[in-house]
This record gives sequence, C-alpha cells and structure tokens, in this order.
Amino acid sequence: MQKIILAAAVFGMLTGAAFSQAPNFDDPAEFAKQRDQLTATFNGPADQPYLQYAGDSMADTASFKKEGPWTVCFSNAGVNNPWRVVGYTDMTEEVKLHPEIGTFTHVDAEGSDDKQIADIDDLLAGGNCSVLIVSPNSTAALTPAVEKACAAGLPVIVFDRGVTTDCPVTFVHPVGGYGFGIQAAEHIIANVPAGGKVLMLRILPGVDVLETRASGARNMFKEAGLEVLGEEFTDGDNAKTKSIVEDYLQRGTIDAVWMDAGATAVAAVEAFEDQGVDVPVVTGEDQQDYLQKWRDLGFKGIAPTYPTYQWRTAIIAAVNTLKGEQVPSPEWILPQPAITQDVLDQYINEKMPPLHYAMCGCEDMPNYPQAWGGTE
Amino acid sequence: MSAQSLPQPTAATRRLPRINPVYVLVVALILAIIVMNPAFGEPTGYMNFLKRVTALAILSAGALYVIVSGGFDLSVGSIMTLTVIGSSMLASNDPNSTYWIIPLMLGIGAVIGLINGLVVSYLKVPSLIATLGMMITLNGVAFMWSGGAPRGYLPDTFRFFGRYNITDIPVISLLPIAVICLVVFGVILWWGMHRTNFGRMLHAVGDNQQAARLAGVPVERVRISAFVVSALTAVLAGVILGGRAGVSVDIGSGFELQAITAAVIGGAQLLGGRGSVPATIAGALALEAIFTLLNLLGLAQPVRLVVQGLILIGAVAFATYQRKRAGR
Repeated sequence: MQKIILAAAVFGMLTGAAFSQAPNFDDPAEFAKQRDQLTATFNGPADQPYLQYAGDSMADTASFKKEGPWTVCFSNAGVNNPWRVVGYTDMTEEVKLHPEIGTFTHVDAEGSDDKQIADIDDLLAGGNCSVLIVSPNSTAALTPAVEKACAAGLPVIVFDRGVTTDCPVTFVHPVGGYGFGIQAAEHIIANVPAGGKVLMLRILPGVDVLETRASGARNMFKEAGLEVLGEEFTDGDNAKTKSIVEDYLQRGTIDAVWMDAGATAVAAVEAFEDQGVDVPVVTGEDQQDYLQKWRDLGFKGIAPTYPTYQWRTAIIAAVNTLKGEQVPSPEWILPQPAITQDVLDQYINEKMPPLHYAMCGCEDMPNYPQAWGGTE
Repeated sequence: MSAQSLPQPTAATRRLPRINPVYVLVVALILAIIVMNPAFGEPTGYMNFLKRVTALAILSAGALYVIVSGGFDLSVGSIMTLTVIGSSMLASNDPNSTYWIIPLMLGIGAVIGLINGLVVSYLKVPSLIATLGMMITLNGVAFMWSGGAPRGYLPDTFRFFGRYNITDIPVISLLPIAVICLVVFGVILWWGMHRTNFGRMLHAVGDNQQAARLAGVPVERVRISAFVVSALTAVLAGVILGGRAGVSVDIGSGFELQAITAAVIGGAQLLGGRGSVPATIAGALALEAIFTLLNLLGLAQPVRLVVQGLILIGAVAFATYQRKRAGR
C-alpha cells in the first residue's frame, strides 16, 4: 500500500512539474511581439547589425563612467557547442578593437549553474572588475547571482539567455525563440500544400529558447492545416537524426522537416539523399555545411538565425557603459534576419569551417577569417 | 505422492532448447517491426537497419573481449569521438588523405588500448576507473583539437565505409559497404574469440585469473591485448559512424554503455569468463531494433525511455534466469 502511495506521489510530482512549466513556453503576447519585431525597422547603421536596436528606450550610464584602462570580466555559461565557439571568437576579436580595455577576464562555467554562481562570486570577491558581462547558463538559477553583482555596484550586462531581474544595465539578445520558430514555420507553410506532413526535429526538451521556437511553430502549423507527423528529440546527434528521418520515411512521405537548430540539418538532408528520395523543405540554421548543402542540392531551404554577433554587442554595451554613453535598455534587441534563397550566395564562404555560423557580423574585423578557422 | 514432490531439475532443462534467448528476442523484434511496417521487409528497410547497427555491433564485439577478460572499457565512446574529430581535422577536405588517416587512427587506437591495458595490468588500477579516466582525457583531447567546432569535413572517400551502397545487386538489390564491414569484422572477431588459443586464454583469465596464471597463461599480455582489440574496434566503429552521419563534436558519447548493454543482452557475464561474439552482435541488433520498434509505435519520447529501460532489464534478467535453470 505504502508503495502505491509513494508511486502515486512520485508520478504526481513528475506530471505536476511538467504541467507547471509548460505554459511559460507558449505565450501568445510574446509570440505576437516577436512576430512584429522580425519585420520591424531597427535603429542604427544597417550595415552593422550588431549596433542596431529596436525601440527608443535608453539607459543613462553616466554614474558608471570610468577612466581606462578597464578590466572587463565575463562569466560565460560555456563554450561547449560550435555556436558558442563562433560567438566567443566574435567577442575576443571585438575586445581587441577597444584599447581602453586593459584586461579581459573570461571564466568558463562549462555548462554548470553551480560553477557559474561560484565564478561570479569569485569575480566579485576579486574586486578588479570594472564591468561584469554574464551569459547565463540558466535563467532561474543565475538570477540571484546577477542581483548580487548589481548590489555590489558593478554595471552588469547580460546577453543570450536572460535572467528575471531588471537590475542589469541591459540585456542584449536578438528577437528571440518564437521569432526563430516563426521564420522556419512560415517558410514551410508557404511551400507545402495544406494537409502536408511536417516532421519537427528538436535538440532536447526544457530549454526556454528552444521550447519557444517549437511552440510558436507548432501553433502555426495547426492554424495552417498542416499535419505534424511527430516531434522528435535528436540530442543534437547526427546519427540519431538520420535514423529518425529514415524511420519516418519508411512509414510514409515527409513534405517538410522543421528544425529548432541547424546543427543536424545536414544529417536530415542526407537521410533523404541516401534513400534516393527528393529532398523536401528542410529548414536549418546559418552554419556553412547546411548553406552549402542547400545550394548544392537546390532544395527549398531557409536558415533562420540566432546571430552570434550578439557576443560583439555585449562588449560594445560594456564599453559604452564605462564611457558613460547611452545604452539601449532594459533590453538591447538586435535584428534576427533569416537567410533566404535570394541572399544565400552572399553568406556562403567555402573557406570557412563547416560549423561556422555565417551570421557573425564579423566579416569587417581585422582577423577575419583566420581567427574563426577560415583560410584566406 | 512422494515421487511427485521430488524436484526434477533435469526435466526442466530439457524443456527449453539450449538456444541463447537473444536470438529469439531479435527475431521477435524484427517480426514485430515487419508487422508494424511492411516496408521494413524491403531491402532498403532492413539494409538501412543493418547499416545503422554496424558501428555499435562492431564496437560491442570488440568491447566483449575486455568484458570476457573480466574488465570494462569505458573509453571506447571517446575513442570514436576522437577518431571522427581527428580525422575531420586532419583531412582538411582532401579526398586522398583517407588512405593515411585511417591507418594513423588505428595506430592511435592501438596506443590508447595499450595504455589502458598497461595501467590496468601493472598499475593495478581497476579497469572501470582506468578507462573512465581515459574517457575523460580523450574527450578533452578531442575538444582541444577541434576547439569545440570541427574545422573540416570528412571527405567522401572516408565516408565511403559508413555511407555508400553497392546498388543493382540481384535479390537484395543494394548492399551497403557498412554491412560488408560488419560481416568481415564480425567473422574476424568471432574467429579470434572462439577459434584461437588467445580466445581460450581470454576466457580463462576472466573466469579465474589465479587459476589461469597457475596454468601458465600470460595474464598481463592477454589482458593488454584485449584492451588493444577493444580500442581498435572503437576506431573502426568511429570510421563507420562518422561515415554514416558526418562530424559532430560528441558523436561517440553514450556508446560505451550501449556496447556493454549489447554484450550483456547477448549473455556475456559482466565479471568475465563467458561471452559470445555472434550473440553480442545479436544483442546490438536487439538494442537497435528496440529503438526502431518504439519509434514505429509512435510513443512519446519519455514513454519510450521507460519502455526501453524495462525491456533491457527484462531481457538480461530473463537470460540470467534461463542460465540458472540450465545450471550453467
């Protein structure tokens, strides 16, 4: 009897936790806002997207003005995937453009909340930081650590994933997860007849920026009358992705593959190729291997982006803050363009590594392309 | 009355034929898949399935050498990762590089296996810990080498083994190169384990190290060789998996446990002394068939994980129970 009660309690906890989290990732107001921002006009120079911002709200940072040389401290969630590798390179190259930055201190949390909280504590205790940049590993866990840094009087810049406090000077991020999902879903809806079958491939459940990509797209497919064959998790693994697509292909036709991130898009395309089936609409992201596959096979692709140039913007926001200049705030929302067929060729660069993310806004930097692993 | 109450173990053993339950499991799973999805019975269906399972099957058969000798090799997944990342870094899109890269990777694999074996045999570090350390080290090396993002593709000549099919063959219509590799390496590993003196010594060491030593078996050399075989098959599995799917930064992660699972489903004894190469390959087939079947059933991912775990425990428990009843 006790066992049954225990089992029921555990089951209740599991399902309860699932239900209590689910609604956060499907917010119609946020969805509509991001949908508008995708097509909005951004302030700032059009050829330097990493300087552009939505809206007019600015923060006055005169109180943080400081003479150089500065120590810029950066608490990083991790450099544990190719997107973050490219972003971190963007950032270190941006640092080199600012002679006022005397020291750039980077601490890598290696994907652990606990380590990142300890890292921030250490940086604060060291007392050398002029400004603290944080790319949080997860939202809820890092909020208190960021609040602590604000309370210590440091200007704080948050970017990529957010925190639930508005104490930082600004939160730098592109339009967002819904926007990414919308761009991919719109492309599929435009290219697949009603009643078409869509396979949704996702990396893993439970991460806010990925959940919102999926929930936005799912709603749109429903509205457009497309049939979602399934939502499968690939763990970002090529072999698994290929197996999943092969299995679905054996059971029937697939009219489109929607992906929440592009790292395994090429594996999905290859599954069609190797079965001798025409490649349908397969969405991806801005990494070179997908862009080149798309061009070479000529299927109907699209590459929504989560631009790595936000890593540059974080440094720029820190520099502007220490100079006492105005900074877009409480959020610095960057444009989030999608690479479409018309502009595909201008983003392909065969000399860059296959997992280089093309929307890096880094082509104008002195060490491009070598610093990103490219060849002249 | 009294005659009836007497236990009759001999009758019980005769009731079940002495066939390894893993073969029954594989046949049952494959039949279930065909019922669910008749397209699986077509050459593209089952050949794709075999192609997919090749890397795990070869890897498991190699890992079995270490298991039979009484150890574990947790480093095999990281060797696969290192093979794929290293090959992509070295190839730098040159199709002619394959001819020296694969031998080089096999060389690196042999050295890794040798180090594993030496650490276990002479430094007396338990194999679980020694190979866990090796796994962490190699993952670090692969990450440092690539800087987190691989800088090259695997050329088509490299991907040949895992990706390409010979087409226009009568009856089966297509034959993946990977399936040829599976048969060739499966036979070699079977021969090494079950038809050579080395294979017999391997069983002896795993069954009772002390007795084997007293009987004149060079225990250290046998154990080191087992680790080398395991590492070499991990390189081969890496070549095939990288060929099938392309480069990812953590391509081999999780394979070490899948390999052990496949061996155990195939009836291998975890503390050594018994195990069969064909049954281990069947174990790998069973494992992959479970994934495929659950996918076909269209169950949600969490339910699938639960069912998968239960089937694994059930299969191994059944194998152990049957072995006990058979008094083996």
